[in-house]
Amino acid sequence: MIAEKLLLPARGSWTAPRRFFGNAQRLLRTHAFRLAALYFLVFVVSVLGVLLFVYWTSADFVERQTEATLDAEITGLAEQYAQRGLSGLIQIVAARSAGDRGDGMLYLVTDPGGRPLAGNIAAWPAGVPTHAGRLSFTTAARVKERVETHPAQGASFIIPGGYRMLVGRDVSDATAFRNRVKTTLLWAGLVALGVGLMGGTAMSRNLLRRVEQVNRTSERVMAGNLSDRVPLDGTSDEFDQLAANLNRMLDQIERLMTAMREVTDDVAHDLKTPLSRLRVRLELALLGPADGSGQTEAIRSAIDEADRLLATFNALLSIAELESGMRRDESEVLDLAEVARSAAELYEPVAEEKGFVLSLATEPGVRIRGSRHLLSQALANLLDNALKYAGGGEIQIRVLRGDGRAALEVTDRGHGIPEADRKTVFDRFVRLERSRSTPGNGLGLSLVRAVARRHRGTVELADNRPGLRVRLEFPELGT
Amino acid sequence: MKLLVVEDDRETALYLVKGLGESGYTVDQAGDGREGLFLATSGSYDAIVLDRMLPSMDGLAMLGALRAAGISTPALILSALGSVDDRVKGLRAGGDDYLVKPFAFSELLARLEALLRRGAVTAATTKLRVGDLELDLLTRTVKRRDKPIEVLPREFRLLEYLMRNAGHVVTRTMLLEHVWDYHFDPQTNVIDVHVSRLRQKIDKSFDSPLLHTVRGAGYCLRVSGPSASR
Repeated sequence: MIAEKLLLPARGSWTAPRRFFGNAQRLLRTHAFRLAALYFLVFVVSVLGVLLFVYWTSADFVERQTEATLDAEITGLAEQYAQRGLSGLIQIVAARSAGDRGDGMLYLVTDPGGRPLAGNIAAWPAGVPTHAGRLSFTTAARVKERVETHPAQGASFIIPGGYRMLVGRDVSDATAFRNRVKTTLLWAGLVALGVGLMGGTAMSRNLLRRVEQVNRTSERVMAGNLSDRVPLDGTSDEFDQLAANLNRMLDQIERLMTAMREVTDDVAHDLKTPLSRLRVRLELALLGPADGSGQTEAIRSAIDEADRLLATFNALLSIAELESGMRRDESEVLDLAEVARSAAELYEPVAEEKGFVLSLATEPGVRIRGSRHLLSQALANLLDNALKYAGGGEIQIRVLRGDGRAALEVTDRGHGIPEADRKTVFDRFVRLERSRSTPGNGLGLSLVRAVARRHRGTVELADNRPGLRVRLEFPELGT
Repeated sequence: MKLLVVEDDRETALYLVKGLGESGYTVDQAGDGREGLFLATSGSYDAIVLDRMLPSMDGLAMLGALRAAGISTPALILSALGSVDDRVKGLRAGGDDYLVKPFAFSELLARLEALLRRGAVTAATTKLRVGDLELDLLTRTVKRRDKPIEVLPREFRLLEYLMRNAGHVVTRTMLLEHVWDYHFDPQTNVIDVHVSRLRQKIDKSFDSPLLHTVRGAGYCLRVSGPSASR
């Protein structure tokens, strides 16, 4: 126990990085990761673009404003000088320099010797050239009892007579603004990058998770758990649609498998009896005298038994095929009256011979999409049943419509089927007590139901007072 | 009459060769599609009986190749696949008839004979005659010994089919397929009653019956007498 515990951290410390790199490698290979990376790249480029745009517009705007103020000031002073000469200029400069107007304007007029005549700067700033032109300089500004060095921008002029003038503006606010914009944008950029990275990761994780769900479900289904389904998010996005389609596919497969299993069970259960009967007959024939006609008779009855078995087997296969939906579509537009007429015409003589009256009542133009072959077979099964069990009286085939449904009915005047049995008679091999003595395999109505369902229809048994009424309903085809 | 049987299952092949041989045919047998195609293109056969599912070359593919080569020997397809769709495919591939396994040997014989006779009555024929019974395809009338016989439209088609196959056994399944276009066997003996009604009309008032029941197989329309055997 102790050894085990001691070993654990060491093992953990080895596997953790390996697992991490394994995960990272797997992540790199995924489509989701590439998508997320692309998303992140696009995001970064657009955020950078926006930030640069904001920076240029705001910083540039302040700069242009400074320029415009300076230009306006210089134009104003030039006009004063043109109108009132040097003394006027000095006067206006002195007036403007008096007091702090808070606009950060700087003025200085000096005589040819460089001595200040008017202005709010103490002396011509050091290192500033004395010829005319645009320039940047620093100025000492008094802010709350403290003297600070502020950057400034301006222009100097040579006034005729050797006088010089400096007009400038303290740009410390503009610079501070520019710096603040820079910092803000930098932070905004960093936050955006972080958000982008997280968003990309989350997106990739989400994609991976949902693909992983599909993968896990398929693995479980492959392992034999056929009833497992891919969970849905309820968002009906592409992944939900994919999952829903996969689930529908699995439903269909499961239905097929169930139908197959049912057939296998039925076959095992109900074909064993006739098979053993067949075997007994052949064995008895073998035991009997080798010359006798008894042997021929035994072989003949064995062949009959085999034929019945094959018929049962074929019927079972047809039903299973119909129910599983594997039969390829052989449907066409059918007039139900035509199907009914053809069957009535085939059965009329035999019905009459057996003491029945077979009649036909059809509404014209009741059309459905379906297989003439399958519907005829279903109808033939119903007529076979009526002839077998009703005993006599009228058998009627009816074709009618109602509520957008096309109906095909076969009615007789026999004993009918008790209400309690009306559901079970459709199951395979179910034969009611009364019918045990008559030949049959108990598959006729199963086939009828399979045919009805195949045509997206229903089959119902009802009381015909007296007798049985079998009603098949199908979606009617519009005209 | 020379037949080619293409069947891969040894036991079924043996059974076919033996049964057809006993019925008076000369039979060659091939065990797969390629061999079958080779024999069918080289030899001259009156009919081919072929299994639909064969090794090396599928029965339908073999038939397709044969028809593509311009050989129109009538072919009867044997198949375990019995849906209408399968049948239609088989006939489209060039088959002349389609028989679902398992089948009664009498059914196979009757169908083969019908196939072999197909060429005998040309499409241009407008009157069919068996003994003193006459059926006019144009006026759609039936006469026996020049006495008109009233028949229903379906009875007319039933009689036409029997007359086209006169002298040969026609099974109930064949009648259901060709006269009613029903590809399944109802549990009730519907055909028997139709045939007996027809018999009432064409045979009742005449001394020599034409429409015979062949026990365990079906029906045969022929002039009575010792000569009338298969």
